Amino acid sequence: MELDPLILSRIQFAFVVSFHAIFPVFTIGLASYIAVLEGLAFKTENPVWVKLSAFWTKVFAVVFGMGVVSGIVMSFQFGTNWSNFAQASANFLGPMLSYEVVTAFFLEAAFLGVLLFGRDKVPAGIHLLAAIMVATGTFISSFWILSANSWMHTPAGTELREGVFYVTSWSEAIFNPSFPYRFSHMVLASFLTGGFVVAGVSAWYLLLGREVEANKKALSMCLWLLLFIAPTQAVVGDFHGLNTLEHQPVKVSAMEGNWETSRNVPLLLFAIPDQQNQQNLFEIGIPSLASFILTHEWDGEVPGLNEIAVDEQPPVAIVFWSFRVMVGIGLLMIAFAVTGLILRAGGRYWRTTWFLQGMRFMSVAPFIAVLAGWFVTEIGRAPWLVYGQMTQAQALTPSLTGGMALFTLIGYIVVYALVFSAGVYYLMRVLYVGLEDQDEDEHESDRPKRPFSAAHVPFEIDHNSDDTVGTAKPTRQGGH
Amino acid sequence: MELFDLPLIWAFIIGFGIIMYVLMDGFDLGVGILFPFAPNEEARDTMMNSVAPVWDGNETWLVLGGAGLLAAFPMVYSIFLPALYIGVFLLLAGLIFRGVAFEFRFKARTSRYLWNWAFAGGSTVASFAQGAVVGAYIQGFETANGVYVGGALDWLTPFTVLTGLGMLAGYSLLGSTWLILKTEGYLQQWAYKITLPLLLAVLVVFGIIGVWTPFVDDMVRERWFSNLTIIWILPVLTLLCAIQIYRSVRDRKDGMPFVATMGLFITTYLGLVVSRWPYVVPPEYTLWEAASAYESQLFLLLGLLFVIPIVLAYTAWTYWVFRGKVRAGEGYH
Repeated sequence: MELDPLILSRIQFAFVVSFHAIFPVFTIGLASYIAVLEGLAFKTENPVWVKLSAFWTKVFAVVFGMGVVSGIVMSFQFGTNWSNFAQASANFLGPMLSYEVVTAFFLEAAFLGVLLFGRDKVPAGIHLLAAIMVATGTFISSFWILSANSWMHTPAGTELREGVFYVTSWSEAIFNPSFPYRFSHMVLASFLTGGFVVAGVSAWYLLLGREVEANKKALSMCLWLLLFIAPTQAVVGDFHGLNTLEHQPVKVSAMEGNWETSRNVPLLLFAIPDQQNQQNLFEIGIPSLASFILTHEWDGEVPGLNEIAVDEQPPVAIVFWSFRVMVGIGLLMIAFAVTGLILRAGGRYWRTTWFLQGMRFMSVAPFIAVLAGWFVTEIGRAPWLVYGQMTQAQALTPSLTGGMALFTLIGYIVVYALVFSAGVYYLMRVLYVGLEDQDEDEHESDRPKRPFSAAHVPFEIDHNSDDTVGTAKPTRQGGH
Repeated sequence: MELFDLPLIWAFIIGFGIIMYVLMDGFDLGVGILFPFAPNEEARDTMMNSVAPVWDGNETWLVLGGAGLLAAFPMVYSIFLPALYIGVFLLLAGLIFRGVAFEFRFKARTSRYLWNWAFAGGSTVASFAQGAVVGAYIQGFETANGVYVGGALDWLTPFTVLTGLGMLAGYSLLGSTWLILKTEGYLQQWAYKITLPLLLAVLVVFGIIGVWTPFVDDMVRERWFSNLTIIWILPVLTLLCAIQIYRSVRDRKDGMPFVATMGLFITTYLGLVVSRWPYVVPPEYTLWEAASAYESQLFLLLGLLFVIPIVLAYTAWTYWVFRGKVRAGEGYH
């Protein structure tokens, strides 16, 4: 089989950007949370806030580190695999990405150093300022990158002359039609992610009875936040969908699995889209609901995929199902947030085991929802890279061969698999250590005190000993 | 309407960004290259802590280089990266491993030695790849209509292998002189001890590159052996810097070896720039041909004039916060 550099490059981009996206989406929310904790610590001098802040800053450091290194990869992808796109869109994308670097990345990097290492080196107020600057940097960064991304969905303020985009209006290009919706949707998604992770970890500690006072506070804070933003996200998402219907109707047709333009379109709960025969198998739907959601009229007309040629349609099944995964998780989030409110009566929210267990599992949900959401919007744009103006095939690097693309695709998969498993492992270790021993040197002497970490030691390769790891441990501890 | 020669201004800005990156990430990559040779594990802790608060900011200059090239000279971006496709992957893989090693190593216990190797190996591969990029730039690229048309491994030649080794030696020297500046006791003594052999290695490799370069390309030869004799001041300055490194190490000065090494890098870099000026994609395209649209260059320039001084100010401030010697056992982890 001939190796196709186009499909391999698409897989590679999807892989490296998905891998990258899970880190910032978490750190954006978490950075704000840390800034709030630092602010509370500064104002009230209650040691609980310092404890929480120091703990979550550790988590932040690990996640942010992975976000930084995978982000460096992203800044070169356009050139290595999509050089025609880079050349064509540089007049707009170049300034956007450069502004992101100078207004956000430097800010984050410089103040992160102070946040992580400077607690004893700068006054408390400056340390708080560093936390706020890091959080600010994450927002500025999302502004530029989402503007650039939105422009690829709803290009505006530019004109294409002889294969190159020229900017005719910076404000129209930056604030292109889908940008406000995508930006709000994404910022809320980041808060949801940060909120559910902090809530889930706090719930887990409460189940174990560890640092109850601090974790109760953290869980309560998160539940209030989630109660407001989970429903808000549903509303914003709806507006985002209507905006997509206006500018990228084909994407909406794929999201709804709607093959024929028609009225009274049902909202499909389940279906197996069959792109070859341009129909669905095993449809289960609620009559007319899709029409109502999209047009706010029960007999509103919803565009179908039949309006465009089959080879210009995006892959329907993956868009259709990713959309359902995202919305399903969103509804689950609202349910948990509301349940948290109900359980506040009598202060049961931090003692109800099933609820805490549920929150614990919900901590991975936002990541799945975010990736599913990106699959919907990015795959739903296919075969276009810049919607209506430049296809993915036109954008590919001309000198790229299938072999080169395969080499780096496998390379990135191997590298990221190693980095990701190590990252998750060390993150788990930070979580097992928990809030309790902030001041202690955790390198050597802490092992015997902590039952949880012992359970995970065999994961590591022990090069000093021929014994099995389990039996080698107790004897070697004496040696330190 | 084109009041200023913006591509020229941008060439200076990108040139500034590149040398900022080389000097700043250079010393922390150098610390990584030297990592396996450190006296002991405690010394490695101190070495890593000496760069831990600043490496992230240093590497951001590379991201700015990528984004800035895309904005100001998209042709450079869209020819270099396809031409160096495999090398760029190695560079990025190296940076990934060494980047995560900062966080993971301090959290590891029995697997710590793995992250020592990740840090050292990643730093070494990334440094070598950067040197090879410099060599590939001197060699030039095979293009047609502004698009790269050469093969996947055209960049890998004996010459680029040599420039790769040159970068390894140079970054190691930056790393060892940084350690002289930031450490004390037996670690600093070790750094003093390795600096002179490293300096010798740098001079030998740079010397061979300097002699070889004119034969790689006619244009470079003409540039150096025409009547433009003023540029010979650059290699002379490089040698003076080398002498300064030697003397300050001999006299056990703390700060001067690092400063003089930066001087050595800057003068070598300027020598490279004048060799190829004004070609940014040799041998075909000059900086004016590779430039993006005037309004795009202007739009970004106006912002940068305002933002870059602020960036430099708070970057300097963070270095000031972490000023002074790094001691064993310090650091937050």
